[in-house]
Amino acid sequence: MAAAGAGRMRRATSALLLRAPRLPVRELSAPARLYHKKVVDHYENPRNVGSLDKTSKNVGTGLVGAPACGDVMKLQIQVDEKGKIVDARFKTFGCGSAIASSSLATEWVKGKTVEEALTIKNTDIAKELCLPPVKLHCSMLAEDAIKAALADFRLKQEPKKGEAEKK
Amino acid sequence: MLLRTSWRLMAAAAPAALWPRAKAPTRGLRLRVVDHAPQSAAPSDAATAPEAESVLRPLYMDVQATTPLDPRVLDAMLPYLVNYYGNPHSRTHAYGWESEAAMERARQQVASLIGADPREIIFTSGATESNNIAIKELEAAIQPDSSLVSVMTVNNEIGVKQPIAEIGHICSSRKVYFHTDAAQAVGKIPLDVNNMKIDLMSISGHKIYGPKGVGAIYIRRRPRVRVEALQSGGGQERGMRSGTVPTPLVVGLGAACEVAQQEMEYDHKRISKLAERLTRKIMKSLPDVVMNGDPEHHYPGCINLSFAYVEGESLLMALKDVALSSGSACTSASLEPSYVLRAIGTDEDLAHSSIRFGIGRFTTEEEVDYTVEKCIYHVKRLREMSPLWEMVQDGIDLKSIRWTQH
Repeated sequence: MAAAGAGRMRRATSALLLRAPRLPVRELSAPARLYHKKVVDHYENPRNVGSLDKTSKNVGTGLVGAPACGDVMKLQIQVDEKGKIVDARFKTFGCGSAIASSSLATEWVKGKTVEEALTIKNTDIAKELCLPPVKLHCSMLAEDAIKAALADFRLKQEPKKGEAEKK
Repeated sequence: MLLRTSWRLMAAAAPAALWPRAKAPTRGLRLRVVDHAPQSAAPSDAATAPEAESVLRPLYMDVQATTPLDPRVLDAMLPYLVNYYGNPHSRTHAYGWESEAAMERARQQVASLIGADPREIIFTSGATESNNIAIKELEAAIQPDSSLVSVMTVNNEIGVKQPIAEIGHICSSRKVYFHTDAAQAVGKIPLDVNNMKIDLMSISGHKIYGPKGVGAIYIRRRPRVRVEALQSGGGQERGMRSGTVPTPLVVGLGAACEVAQQEMEYDHKRISKLAERLTRKIMKSLPDVVMNGDPEHHYPGCINLSFAYVEGESLLMALKDVALSSGSACTSASLEPSYVLRAIGTDEDLAHSSIRFGIGRFTTEEEVDYTVEKCIYHVKRLREMSPLWEMVQDGIDLKSIRWTQH
């Protein structure tokens, strides 16, 4: 182990002193130890950020979390007549893992039926993004967001009950 | 005896002549080599070298966490790491005498920075140990009605300066001991333990461009403040802190204090200018940015800003090429937002949105401009992704919404 370290030191020193001008220099990507590259990817290349028309009958909106907790997710789904989710959008106030979890959630619900979308579990999201234990609550909130959006959509489909729309 | 005294005089005279006023320090290497070879690979230079790639390290804007070593401090320390390696408590030979002389000289440098007598400075392993010694004094006190007031001089999260002189006068009139943790303040703002009536003060080496692993505690002699030693042993440092004093480290601390004394005014002016530049540029380009902490009683080098509707950790991730710190819950292991921000009454959602910018002796204008530019760009981008920002733009009052979680 010490030998490996010494070898690396030698390479580092020789690189800096002799070969630095020739080695390609690129900007440092996010601290490797803290953020998994999948999480960074979702932040740098966000999928499905935005909003759908909240008032439309085919759109279900789920808003979960609280600013006081540092995590708020809004997830919207657009469902066609056959019950398949054709579009999804999200907006998140939260850490990198929260953004990635909600972004992944919108990717996964697209193309699923409403029943299939209900089966998405937070553990799957966490495993896909390799979330550390301290960030598991982000994936749980994403699952809650999906369920809230689906519940809102269901509520809109029910025959008029004169009940105000739940946010 | 005569030999030792003459050694002391020689050693004291030497560095003053060798130490001219230094020019601006070098930037230091910012490249490092990223090794893509797996850990288990056999260490052979030729085979794995082509995979190594040189990457830029981030800009350093986290001086409240720690500071780089000032090159002048390293210059002062090196001889004591390589050549003058004697134990300063050895009384019988030149190696001990020269180390002891260096240690006493460092003690004088630390004392002169805070207006104390050198006999009142005890070297420790850092401000944390100094704080522990000071607080333990409370238990060691004989009088039943004695008590201790302990206040931080400059807060490390929001940079607020406490009214130390006023507190000191109140404590001395009520015969109460006054301790202050001056780790972030020593060498940055003028301190005088006699004018401010400070009885105990903690000093940290690595917060003032000195080495890590060393600090000091100031303990007033007149009137005498009694402290109980945390570690017992050979009785070094007047019995208050046993253990061999690490000569290279204390020489570094002393040098850092002397450099700080010389540079204090210039640094303060330069840092204030840079801090004003940073806050002005950010606040001009972004709405809904709050500076945490009293703007009047504030050390300029520590700027804590809350960017509403954007979460702190996501902004830190976005500002990947700047080393910063945040008061948000996600970045602390306990998922609780900063207790300091909560104590000053910051709204909880703003506490999750705070970023601390640290400007120090070696921060350049280009670094500040780059940080500001990136910060503005990413805050705008994250606000586009934020449901709270969208709601505010639509005219919804966030405080009126009943959230699902608490």
